[in-house]
Amino acid sequence: MGEKRIRRELMGVYAVWWREFKVFQREKSRIVSSIVQPLMWLFLFGSGVGASVSVSNINYQDYIYPGILAMMVLFGSVFFGLYIVWDRKLDVLKAILVAPVSRLSIFMGKVLGGCTDVTLQIVILFCFAFLFPSVNPWGIPQALLLLFITSIALVSMGLALGSLFESLEGFQLISSFLIFPLFFLSGALFPVDDKLPGWLTGLVKLNPLTYTVDGVRGALLHVNIFPFYVDLIVVTFFAAVMFVLGSILFSRMK
Amino acid sequence: MAIIKTLALTKNYGKIEAVRSIDLNIEKGEIFGLLGPNGAGKTTTIGMLCTIVRPTSGSASIAGCDVIKEPARVRRKVGIVFQDPTLDTVLTGRENLELHARLYGIPAAIRGKRIMEMLELVDLQNRSNDLARTYSGGMRRRLELARGLLHRPAVLFLDEPTLGLDPQTRARIWEYIKKMAQTEGTTVVLTTHYMEEAQQVCGRVGIIDHGRIIELNSPDALKESMGGDMVVIKVKEPKLEEIRALPYVSEVRENDGLVEIIMKQSHLHLPDLLAHIRNVESVEIRIPTLNDVFIKLTGRDIREDSVEDSGSWVDTVARYRQRGS
Ligand SMILES: Nc1ncnc2c1ncn2[C@@H]1O[C@H](COP(=O)(O)OP(=O)(O)OP(=O)(O)O)[C@@H](O)[C@H]1O
Ligand SMILES: [Mg+2]
Repeated sequence: MGEKRIRRELMGVYAVWWREFKVFQREKSRIVSSIVQPLMWLFLFGSGVGASVSVSNINYQDYIYPGILAMMVLFGSVFFGLYIVWDRKLDVLKAILVAPVSRLSIFMGKVLGGCTDVTLQIVILFCFAFLFPSVNPWGIPQALLLLFITSIALVSMGLALGSLFESLEGFQLISSFLIFPLFFLSGALFPVDDKLPGWLTGLVKLNPLTYTVDGVRGALLHVNIFPFYVDLIVVTFFAAVMFVLGSILFSRMK
Repeated sequence: MAIIKTLALTKNYGKIEAVRSIDLNIEKGEIFGLLGPNGAGKTTTIGMLCTIVRPTSGSASIAGCDVIKEPARVRRKVGIVFQDPTLDTVLTGRENLELHARLYGIPAAIRGKRIMEMLELVDLQNRSNDLARTYSGGMRRRLELARGLLHRPAVLFLDEPTLGLDPQTRARIWEYIKKMAQTEGTTVVLTTHYMEEAQQVCGRVGIIDHGRIIELNSPDALKESMGGDMVVIKVKEPKLEEIRALPYVSEVRENDGLVEIIMKQSHLHLPDLLAHIRNVESVEIRIPTLNDVFIKLTGRDIREDSVEDSGSWVDTVARYRQRGS
């Protein structure tokens, strides 16, 4: 592959990313609701349950803060990816796909675009970290890294699923049978300890999102099950698998 | 040398033979029309030529590049305006062009100038910073044209560029297309089922039906092949044999109590004709259209097969809007 060819492909990646970023900037209401929603979880759900529960001597709101960050990444990323079903329905993608840029570059542009959206939302939520007294601000960069890699995995997963579906009917199914189980089985809302029934612990440990929640909680609250490097390896591996799978399915998409 | 060449180009979708063994040679700088009813295989043919549909068999090349073996090179040489709207309506007109300028690798140094030129060509410079969502159907189509031409393609494919537009806008779009073909020296391949339009802009038209090219010639030659103009006369007790014997008459038939006469140079011979047939109640002259050619070739009206499309532009607009919203 010549240098000229590589430059062209990189320009293609950038073009697609640039488009996604423009769209993101325009959808102010979506940004607002994606910030307000997790704050409601933290303050309404968190203080409700927190009135009678605390975990590892940390107040419950602070305890679920990492879990809610992971939830934002989960929902934001998967739905971003699934959105291509809609783009295809409107034929918006058609004009991009006929350009002299490889499918892989277009896929990469999309993934980066989605990650940028999600990461910026996370950064905004980090600005509220001071409201949670147990959160250690020095852990934020580590947490951000892990969340970013998770978002690569989940945007890729969304795009992979979006490449398979022709209509929006699958959305409900994906929410019920994929996104919600991933969320509930990640330890976002409860500690994974020996009080859990064994079957549940098994499922939780199979869920890659568990490692995101664990790593972020370790970085921000010093409460963790696995060492950070284990979380990082698992999540990176998950991202690599999803990226490859997603790019293959996206390339085959009609 | 032909810039587009196809050899036995074929596409099957399962049992549907969408395109059957098409051989085409289109010259550089030509405006070529593909004409045919719904489902004839026009979009599929264009799809294969711009590498988004994989041929079942046969081959095709654009400016010497094979569409199957060198799709990336072909893509750089072609521009396309799809049948269905594909604008990014969340972006402004200018941003739509910027996106494509980058996708086609137009260097940053000339990008802005080139975009400006294209916006001026389609008269959208004043609206270029508005979201494409706020554009009218005609403006959207014009922006798509500008986008198709942005990277100076050698060949521009236009799949029903005027579908769903009102007659006035349609006329303007054709002006743009002619102007662009001239200023940029672009080869244009277009499809339409508005016969009159093909007649006005195309140097040659290929009539396609059930996936086959059944006739290929210049619009004038095609009309010529009809044997002249059609004169429809209402008359009591017509003497068909006598009319047929006249030297300039090529065909006579009776249809619904009217006599249809196909004759050469009606403007010269009509007085003589009317002198032979007395008691004429009414006369109507019809210049043959490509639709007449189509009827003669297939025995059907070009729009007869349409199920969803009545041919009325009100319906077509409704369809277009529905898809575009
Ligand atoms: N993706 C596809 N899958 C299955 N069949 C298809 C597909 N695309 C086209 N066809 C079939 O191929 C035939 C030719 O379709 P095509 O879209 O090329 O027609 P067309 O001449 O462009 O018609 P129109 O004037 O309606 O646009 C039709 O019978 C159509 O149903
Ligand atoms: Mg078509």
